[in-house]
Amino acid sequence: MMRHLLSVSDLGRSGLEDLLQLTDSFMEVSTRQVPKVPALVGKTVVSLFYEDSTRTRLSFETAARRLSADVMTFGVSSSSVNKGESLRDTVETIEAMGIDALVVRHKAAGVPVQIARWSQASVVNAGDGWHEHPTQALLDCYTIRSHRGRLDGLRIAIVGDVKHSRVARSNVLAFSALGAEVTLVAPPTLLPPSLEGWPVSVEHDLDAIVSKVDVIYVLRMQLERQEQSLVPSLREYTSLYGLTDERAARLSSQTLVMHPGPMNRGVEIGGTVPDLPNAVITQQVSHGVAVRMAVLFRLLGGPK
Amino acid sequence: MTSIVIRGGTLVQEQQLTKADVLVVDGVVAQISAKKISVPTTATVLDATDCWVGPGLVDVHTHLREPGNEAAETVETGSRAAAMGGYTAVIAMPNTTPAIDNVAVVRQVLQLGERAGLVDVHVAGAITVGRMGVQLAPMAEMAALGVRLFTDDGTGVQDNRLMRRALEYASRLGVTLAQHCEDASLAEAGVMHEGAWSSRLGLPGQPAEAEEVMVSRDIALCRRTGAPVHFLHMSTAGSVELIRRAKAEGLPVTAEAAPHHFTLTDAALATYDTVFKVHPPLRSDADVVAVKAGLADGTIDAIATDHAPHTAETKERSMLDAAPGMLGLETALSLALTELQCTPQRLFALMSSGPARVARITDTHGLLAEGRIANITVVDPTLGWTVDPARLASKARNTPFAGRAMTGRVRHTVYAGVVTVANAQAQR
Repeated sequence: MMRHLLSVSDLGRSGLEDLLQLTDSFMEVSTRQVPKVPALVGKTVVSLFYEDSTRTRLSFETAARRLSADVMTFGVSSSSVNKGESLRDTVETIEAMGIDALVVRHKAAGVPVQIARWSQASVVNAGDGWHEHPTQALLDCYTIRSHRGRLDGLRIAIVGDVKHSRVARSNVLAFSALGAEVTLVAPPTLLPPSLEGWPVSVEHDLDAIVSKVDVIYVLRMQLERQEQSLVPSLREYTSLYGLTDERAARLSSQTLVMHPGPMNRGVEIGGTVPDLPNAVITQQVSHGVAVRMAVLFRLLGGPK
Repeated sequence: MTSIVIRGGTLVQEQQLTKADVLVVDGVVAQISAKKISVPTTATVLDATDCWVGPGLVDVHTHLREPGNEAAETVETGSRAAAMGGYTAVIAMPNTTPAIDNVAVVRQVLQLGERAGLVDVHVAGAITVGRMGVQLAPMAEMAALGVRLFTDDGTGVQDNRLMRRALEYASRLGVTLAQHCEDASLAEAGVMHEGAWSSRLGLPGQPAEAEEVMVSRDIALCRRTGAPVHFLHMSTAGSVELIRRAKAEGLPVTAEAAPHHFTLTDAALATYDTVFKVHPPLRSDADVVAVKAGLADGTIDAIATDHAPHTAETKERSMLDAAPGMLGLETALSLALTELQCTPQRLFALMSSGPARVARITDTHGLLAEGRIANITVVDPTLGWTVDPARLASKARNTPFAGRAMTGRVRHTVYAGVVTVANAQAQR
């Protein structure tokens, strides 16, 4: 039985497929008049968010509530963490309340892995620094699968700031595990310093591939990258790597446009692109709850 | 009159290995003899059968944390850890709170060292006030108290002109400036080596060049000023090669390497265990090979521990927030024996005579001979043991070698004629 979800690499193809299949049944639950099942009655899920992310936190908490689990939110800004308490002390304190799962978001890579070493509870990585965001990858795979049936053989371009992106790391692992061909498109400054061992190809010219891919996955571009001299200006970034309205016009009508949100319209994605018929960005969000129900159910739903 | 005889060991001298007994009387090496030395029954006898007997070890790079962070280590606990590791002298780094940047703090640490009485505690003074890299610290005043090494260790002196001035000023003081080579702008907020592992793990990395550009700069400034420079904890293949060339050119440069840099690689970070976070970071396999080659061919003069004790609270944080550094004093010799496959002479050259020259304490250290102060380390090169953090003499527990099976251990340490360690047990 799966104990934690820390990285997509913990799952492998069969683990991914199992969770995607399970998500199907939880999608159905969400359409009911009372979208709630008693699967996790008596279980307690704590969201421990060291970094603000209202969207992801609400998605997890909604998933837990739809499974009838009790939900606690540990608000870091109002806690002793700001008074210098160590990570381990915080975790042990929360755990002393008797809990079953910790959903962890932190600005630093590896924190969920560290917490899993100190904790009896199941740990779900809800995004750790630049490292991973496994449930985002699952909902992205689910979204692609719901349109294309499968990922095998699909050509997927991930465009933008891969270096600082946990979404990109998890998606590279998930997409390739499910048989897709992944191409990273970014200026050299926004790629990781080494791609040794990554199952990807690299392309620096977005125009060269834009009409040839099945999925174009656009990453969020942050203003601070300009201040760090990673790009000369957001304007130049947009002209070279943005999925502008003009570039989007060259996409095949079958090509899915995806984005993990929140979007900077006019920077990495053109103002009208999210509203195109083949843009599935809001579906990604709505699949999030069902995917997270599947994950929590797999971690906590078995016999103790 | 107190006497100690070290019986039946193999004496390690630069030119030869000989079976010999060593007699210590009143703190001085009174006699070295190939024949069995007979002593009164009141004498302490240390059995050295199958052991190497050499000059006491010297660590040119120790963090004793006092004053300011006595929760992690004190001069006394650090001194005891040093003795357990076979050391009879350590150089205490100045990144304390307050920093060792004036005579008052120098005196305080020296006095604490004398009071502990377990090793010679020397201090390295700061190059700049508060180690802030802005204004020169009073190096001449500190040198008058016997300080021979100056460094802002923990950070490098970033300002090129200030470093030039520091070297010029120091060039007539009979001291050496030591650099923690880390260019702050290239290192950014890196918490590990930049490479395949940092990319995969999603952690900000420090490129090898962050170290190498400062090594290059200081070699150039050494050439310009003629003042000696010591390079702390060299960790990259490029750095080793730069120093090799500088030495070939005849420049007065010396260098050290830490045991963790010839033992571990950045792959250790894969578990996100902060015990492996250290600056400079654990590097690649190729860097480890290059550091070992530098130790073998004399490019690197000394093995130095960079013993950096930290409390559990400062380590049980995220990789970004945890304090960098790891313990070293009690495992250095065993790691050198295991990893370097060197002769006993080379071992003592790298851990005693080499560092003694760097630290400018060759009057008391680096040579075992009749008439010298009795600073002696007895090493059992085949004794097996396992590192148990709970049993370390250091106050801190942040060793990256917990559970590691080691071959070779310090059996006895004699410091200024006093037995500080006998049969791998601390005596004081």
